[in-house]
Amino acid sequence: MSLAETTSPNWKARFKRWFHSWASPKWFYEKSERWLPWLSIPAMLLILTGVVWGLVFAPEDYQQGNSFRIFYLHVPAAFLSQSIFMMMAIVGGINLIWRIKLADMAAKHCAPIGASFAVLALATGAIWGKPTWGAWWVWDARLTAMLILLFLYLGVIALYSAIDNRETAGRSTAVLSLVGLVNIPIIKYSVEWWNTLHQPATFKLTEKPAMPFEMWFPALLVVLGFYLFFGWMLFKRMRAEVVEREFKAKWLQEKLKS
Amino acid sequence: MAADLGFSALLKRDLKLAFRQKSDVINPLMFFVMVITLFPLGISPDPDELAVIAPGVVWVAALLASMLSMENMFRSDFDDGSLERMLVSPLPGFLIALAKVINHFLVTGLPLVIVSPVLAYMLNLPSKAYVVMMVTLLLGLPTLSLVGAIGSALTVGLKRGALLLPLLVIPLFIPVLIFGTGAVQGVIVDQPVSGQLSILAALLLFSLASAPFACAASLKISMGNG
Repeated sequence: MSLAETTSPNWKARFKRWFHSWASPKWFYEKSERWLPWLSIPAMLLILTGVVWGLVFAPEDYQQGNSFRIFYLHVPAAFLSQSIFMMMAIVGGINLIWRIKLADMAAKHCAPIGASFAVLALATGAIWGKPTWGAWWVWDARLTAMLILLFLYLGVIALYSAIDNRETAGRSTAVLSLVGLVNIPIIKYSVEWWNTLHQPATFKLTEKPAMPFEMWFPALLVVLGFYLFFGWMLFKRMRAEVVEREFKAKWLQEKLKS
Repeated sequence: MAADLGFSALLKRDLKLAFRQKSDVINPLMFFVMVITLFPLGISPDPDELAVIAPGVVWVAALLASMLSMENMFRSDFDDGSLERMLVSPLPGFLIALAKVINHFLVTGLPLVIVSPVLAYMLNLPSKAYVVMMVTLLLGLPTLSLVGAIGSALTVGLKRGALLLPLLVIPLFIPVLIFGTGAVQGVIVDQPVSGQLSILAALLLFSLASAPFACAASLKISMGNG
């Protein structure tokens, strides 16, 4: 009890300072240099372990044989593209409220990465669909919803590139991604609402997966690896953006010279 | 009190403007009729085949026609500077947006609902589906106007806005289209459709409660003082 009382104000102050430091591109640029290896190496290790485990060692599916193995890329990619959309909307909202430059940069660079994951999910889905359903593409609810998510991403990218003023662009796309966020639950429940071929969600956070450990665990590794990979790519892009925006700043010029 | 007066004055002004310049009312309607004419010519004049695609064709054509005039929702007021005056007036931004949306629905959406049975007849839609089709359009088209207003507000200051707007709003229109056509198809095969109609109503109420605020925020951002 007494411990909590003495530490909590200190902890609060530290959190506050940490939160405020996110507003400074300089702080981010210096810190993220040290973070990058902590993202890139675990990301590569996790993805490699998960994919090799999933593709080579995991047991065959009793129904779909080996073709189910694409799921080790497909499910994580679909998962990520939805998460990234949510993150884009949240950081966009943060930018709308507090006008934090870094939040604006993060939102801007979420869009192309998220769109790439959506493309990956659609492409792996098509590759899986050909042997399983006999067609590269069917107008099934989940697939269509994923395509709509890709359209939403492309709309955000198009709007950003159509507006010359950087600040207006960031704030406008933030509104658009917050509005687009409404579609995410519709995508999520489309499988239940719409008669459809696609199987319901393979993973639920609240339930024990209906498959053996050796089958779902590699997928979990790939999901974690993809998250770290996303963080790595996002930070690299944001660092490039900091250089582009702050190239006149003295600290950056000194840093780049050294 | 001043806000109430401003709201109805704005609504009256916009309606008067629209009905003075009749093309605002007639053009989307002509577009609607023409797009629907393309389908029997492009796919098949066979009445049975047309009956199958009729719900979707009417809905897609209505969606496109409603989008045709969306770009102009704020454009002329933006060009002559009156939008800026409205935004600095005591009238709250969301009421300005709401007035524009109501106006857009009355001028573009409602005429489409009224002529839709004629076109549904030409497409050989079973007559038992007419009422449900009109109800889905009555619930769905205002939702489209509400969501489209956000896109229109975001692109109002842009030169290439006309091309960009459909890219932004079509993905957001898709749920309305799915449940709109779903209800009409359901009634054709004698299934209960109250579920789809309830979802359409829910989408309308939700966008009515939130879209005007998002639209007002977008307008302020587009005007450069958000």
